[in-house]
Amino acid sequence: MIKAILIFNNHGKPRLIRFYQYFAEDMQQQIIRETFHLVSKRDDNVCNFLEGGSLIGGSDYKLIYRHYATLYFVFCVDSSESELGILDLIQVFVETLDKCFENVCELDLIFHMDKVHYILQEVVMGGMVLETNMNEIVAQVEVQNRMEKSEVSVQCQPVAELISG
Amino acid sequence: MSDVVEKTLTALPSLLSLDPQPGSAKLSSTSKLGNLIRGITELTSKHEEEKLIQHELASIKDQVSSPNTSMRQMKELMVRAIYCESLGYEASFTYIHAIKLAQQGTALEKRVGYLAVSLFLNESHELLLLLVNTVLKDLQSTNLIEVCMALTVVSQMFPKDMIPAILPLVEEKLNHPKEIIRRKAVLALYKFYLIAPNQVQHIHNKFRKALCDKDPGVMTASLHIYLQMIQENPEGYKDLTASFVTILKQVVGGKLPMDFNYHSVPAPWLQIQLLRILALLGKNDQSASAVMYEVLDESLRRAEMNHNITYAILYECVKCIYTIHPKSDLLEKAAKCIGNFVLSPKINLKYLGLKALTYVVQQDPRLALQHQMTIIECLDHSDLIIKRETLELLFRITNAQNVVVIVEKMLEFLRVNTDDYTTIDLVGKVAELAEKYPSDTMSTVFSVGGDMMQPDIPNSFLKLLSEGFDSVEEDRKLRLFAVDSYITLLQKEPGKLPQRFLQVISWVLGEYSHLKDELEPTVVLKLLAKLLDMKHTSSETKSWILMAMTKLCEGGAEVSVVREVSETYSSSMDTVLRQRAHELQYLSQDSELRAKVLLRDNAVQTCCVAGSQVDSSLSFLDGFVSEALAAGAAPYKPPHQRQEELAQAKALSLEPYGLSLPMSMSSCSITDRQSPTLLSMSSGLSGDSAEISHKGGSTSLKLDGVKRVWGREGYLPQRAAVEEAAQVEVPCTLRSPSQQGDPDPEKQQLASLFFGLSSQSSVCLMGKPEPTPHRFRRKAKGVTDPTSSSLISTPSNVEKLLCNNLLDSNIASELAVSSAKQITELPQGLKTASCDVEAELTDIADIKQNNPSLIVDNGIVAAADEDPDRPKDLCLISHLPAELSELCHSEITPLCTIQSLVLSACHLQKEDSLVLAVFISNSSDSALQHIVSCVSDSPAEDFRGHSVVVYQYSLTVKRPSIHVSIEGTVSFQLPGEAPQAAQFSYKLPLTIFIRPLTVSTEEYGTMWLSFSHDTKQNLTLIGDGQEALTATLNVLKQKLQLHVVEIIGQEGILSCRLLQDQPCLMHCRVHAGTLAVWLRSPVPDLPDCLIYHCQRALQEY
Repeated sequence: MIKAILIFNNHGKPRLIRFYQYFAEDMQQQIIRETFHLVSKRDDNVCNFLEGGSLIGGSDYKLIYRHYATLYFVFCVDSSESELGILDLIQVFVETLDKCFENVCELDLIFHMDKVHYILQEVVMGGMVLETNMNEIVAQVEVQNRMEKSEVSVQCQPVAELISG
Repeated sequence: MSDVVEKTLTALPSLLSLDPQPGSAKLSSTSKLGNLIRGITELTSKHEEEKLIQHELASIKDQVSSPNTSMRQMKELMVRAIYCESLGYEASFTYIHAIKLAQQGTALEKRVGYLAVSLFLNESHELLLLLVNTVLKDLQSTNLIEVCMALTVVSQMFPKDMIPAILPLVEEKLNHPKEIIRRKAVLALYKFYLIAPNQVQHIHNKFRKALCDKDPGVMTASLHIYLQMIQENPEGYKDLTASFVTILKQVVGGKLPMDFNYHSVPAPWLQIQLLRILALLGKNDQSASAVMYEVLDESLRRAEMNHNITYAILYECVKCIYTIHPKSDLLEKAAKCIGNFVLSPKINLKYLGLKALTYVVQQDPRLALQHQMTIIECLDHSDLIIKRETLELLFRITNAQNVVVIVEKMLEFLRVNTDDYTTIDLVGKVAELAEKYPSDTMSTVFSVGGDMMQPDIPNSFLKLLSEGFDSVEEDRKLRLFAVDSYITLLQKEPGKLPQRFLQVISWVLGEYSHLKDELEPTVVLKLLAKLLDMKHTSSETKSWILMAMTKLCEGGAEVSVVREVSETYSSSMDTVLRQRAHELQYLSQDSELRAKVLLRDNAVQTCCVAGSQVDSSLSFLDGFVSEALAAGAAPYKPPHQRQEELAQAKALSLEPYGLSLPMSMSSCSITDRQSPTLLSMSSGLSGDSAEISHKGGSTSLKLDGVKRVWGREGYLPQRAAVEEAAQVEVPCTLRSPSQQGDPDPEKQQLASLFFGLSSQSSVCLMGKPEPTPHRFRRKAKGVTDPTSSSLISTPSNVEKLLCNNLLDSNIASELAVSSAKQITELPQGLKTASCDVEAELTDIADIKQNNPSLIVDNGIVAAADEDPDRPKDLCLISHLPAELSELCHSEITPLCTIQSLVLSACHLQKEDSLVLAVFISNSSDSALQHIVSCVSDSPAEDFRGHSVVVYQYSLTVKRPSIHVSIEGTVSFQLPGEAPQAAQFSYKLPLTIFIRPLTVSTEEYGTMWLSFSHDTKQNLTLIGDGQEALTATLNVLKQKLQLHVVEIIGQEGILSCRLLQDQPCLMHCRVHAGTLAVWLRSPVPDLPDCLIYHCQRALQEY
């Protein structure tokens, strides 16, 4: 099971935080800090796996991370997940983001945190991997986006009528 | 892909100052979130950020509470609140509004509301109850997106108690036409299974339906559930093995639609999941494993080394192959695969290769030798994680020859490592090795590990020193060496040493510095005094030092030093220090008293006091106490009693009343909780209850070391018994002992404890021994003769064997406890079981040997192939001893068959116990030798051909679970052949341990109030109208042997007990067409298990 998904930038600023196991607010922040501390001092040419450290569960837990330009994507998982499998899941997630935001960058994650959450919800649900097929994920997100557009257009309509009238 | 985010930095300034990016639709510069983010980005200090956010939160608070805020604005506010929370600022005032938004908004607003709720709240948050109705409504919605949202939030977090309310709706979704809904529903049910397994017991066959779903996505989702359930109980799902194999075959063969391909690998995540499940199913199961060989081979072959994800599949494949019943050509291929991993230039693969090696090395140490060079290279790898993984691997293959090198490497790593967590872990391992292969590394461990290490490490080290090894000369050398090196350390720079180490040093110097003749006590005293003067020496360390000084001063020149010190500290603020200082003062002046108190006894080797037995009952104070009592003082109450009274005195006691428990047990557990150090007292009570005696046993080991300092030789025999109790489980994980049938059971048991520690490297490679037995070894080495060590050559796969030693009958009670412990710790065990083996352990071996009916017997067994079970049953039953044959017995179930040996079992219900009878029948012509059966060892010396042996075990439940399974091993030897072993398990429902409990309504009332564990659930009534309650209760009475205490109107009370008098009370009330049941018991889990069986009983009816 996936216990937490953390995305932060090179300076440790959290960009997306999703815990699937309950931690108190200050504990969460501490975990983010510790994780950043662990991950940030690793070179790019070392392996992508880390033992969980003392805060988030001890030896059964692993941190699996990828570093993209300015962002770290860190998945904290227990022993029931395959290391390489999760590593590729991160890749799938990032590629999906890239597709949904058309060349994703850190700013997209900042300004559209909610949307990133919706996309993530289609990949991981309650700590379980739900979908690994990028096309499926994108399709689900698009269904939701269509709903958004139709709602916006409904709201815009009266305004347009006012103007025309 | 990696450059995707790279443009961020270049894009940043333009975005902040000007228009939004064209691609992102509503990233408007005027939006409030945009303003906030921009504001934060411009700030430079944490303090300013805090100010800004507080300001922001205040404005959000204003707006959310204003009645004029529309839902649309609320949505925007919520996103801002989420942003603030993710930065670590609490916005709890928005929680209720998030729920409101989810409740009242349109689909879009709902989405934000649900998201906010799932980010803000946790499963136990009280506000979550308000969400239940919304979820209910949305689950019934016709809008697919709303249903999806509801399912998502449900799987993210949902209050456990409310699951029954939505369960039917979620179950219904399993039949939904849309694949995505079915899939989400499956995962939601999985979540329910995780948090409240009893609630979803009844829908297991729906999981099966999901597994057979026509959509592969739904099937994939259901594998999550199966992985979990099989992990808990592999026995229960053996029938699915073939299905999983077929699925994997189809996936590997590319039968899935192209959509499921990832980098042209068919559904890799699905494959990984399936391989994990197969590994669980094939573990220790030859027949299940046989089904898998083909598909595993296929997977290995198909997964060509071209992409990351194929490596993931390969890795799982390899692990699976090494977990299931071995097959040589697959193992060979897997070993080659591991080689590819280890040798790979890709660092992630190297890491996994090392992991796989660590996993495999216990079965096949040769593999590690093959890759020796790579391993050594990895040791110098720049990546700390790789290094650590390598050390872990080395730790597993340590033996007497390479220990020095390996420990050196570990210490090297410790010096550069900065991560606390790793340090603690590794220091423990080094200490373990140092203890196992005594050497002089301990001082380095102490100075490097410092205060990080677990406190029991120095303790056990001191114990090692004081107990010594086998030869007096070695002891002397080691101690001298310690004194020498510590003196040198102190003379250099004691200021840098960690406190723990200083404590160890001062103890060692106090005890052993006299061994070194040329060393003047004054020198040592001065060194110690110097320590005392150092600023950062903690007061705990100081008292250790003062104690050491007390031991050292023998009058003469040193008195002056001592006087100075004792004067300084006798006015110390710290009471402990003050006491020590006074002791020092008096003892240094009165050499006669000193000689009496601190006797140095070189002849006995344990350099300390003999004869000064610690009087734990403090009888010398009796006079004082009686005087005080006479003068009107209140009698002494132990702390837990005071605590209890205090709790009772208060109107609201939150502590459960322990009244119904046997007093010794409750008191024991309370002291246990409050101060672990008190356990030396409670360890004497071991045998009272499983848990406590176990804890007591293991803790007493530690305390033992401390006591030993004061040389209480008098307690040795008692302690030995406790230690044995604490350690019996160790051989189980290592190997099943006594297969060769050594004549001396005692020796054998000891020998098996040492297994894996002996200096033969082949043996050392076999596994990682627990830390406990080492101490044992040192002491007992004298008892073990060299022949027994040759007995420990091992069969492969030994760690899979479960075998509890029950050879020493005089410690039977402790052993029973530990055997219970062992079984509950079984990794696969959802079902926990425990078996108290009856004290007399009735071996009715060969009882029927002279019986002429045996011949008939054989004929039937031989014919049994065509005409199974029934006649066989009958004939086996005839082997039961007379006192049992009259009891009603269950059907005889075959357990396992190895060659000519057939194992079967049945259980018999007695009034006050449950007896398990295991039949071992030998249909071969030749006699078997040295049968060692099952749950305990009860060796039958010779087992002639064509005969049946019956073993009886009386079972009790230590910790209730829905089903109880007993696992055991039978091992035997044919004359002139190698010994063989087989495992079997036997499953029982909890219900057969249930007996009626006759109590009166009054008794029921008092008991009800005193029980602390309870559970409530609604059950279906049988029949309707007035008679429904009576009818339902009668069914329960018949099926579960419950005792109906009384039925009053629409309410009924029932009672029962688990064997060995663990009561459980039941209160039923007819309410709105259902039966509201409330169960209470002092035993945790019992109510939950019982409600499950009640449910089943009523359903079956």
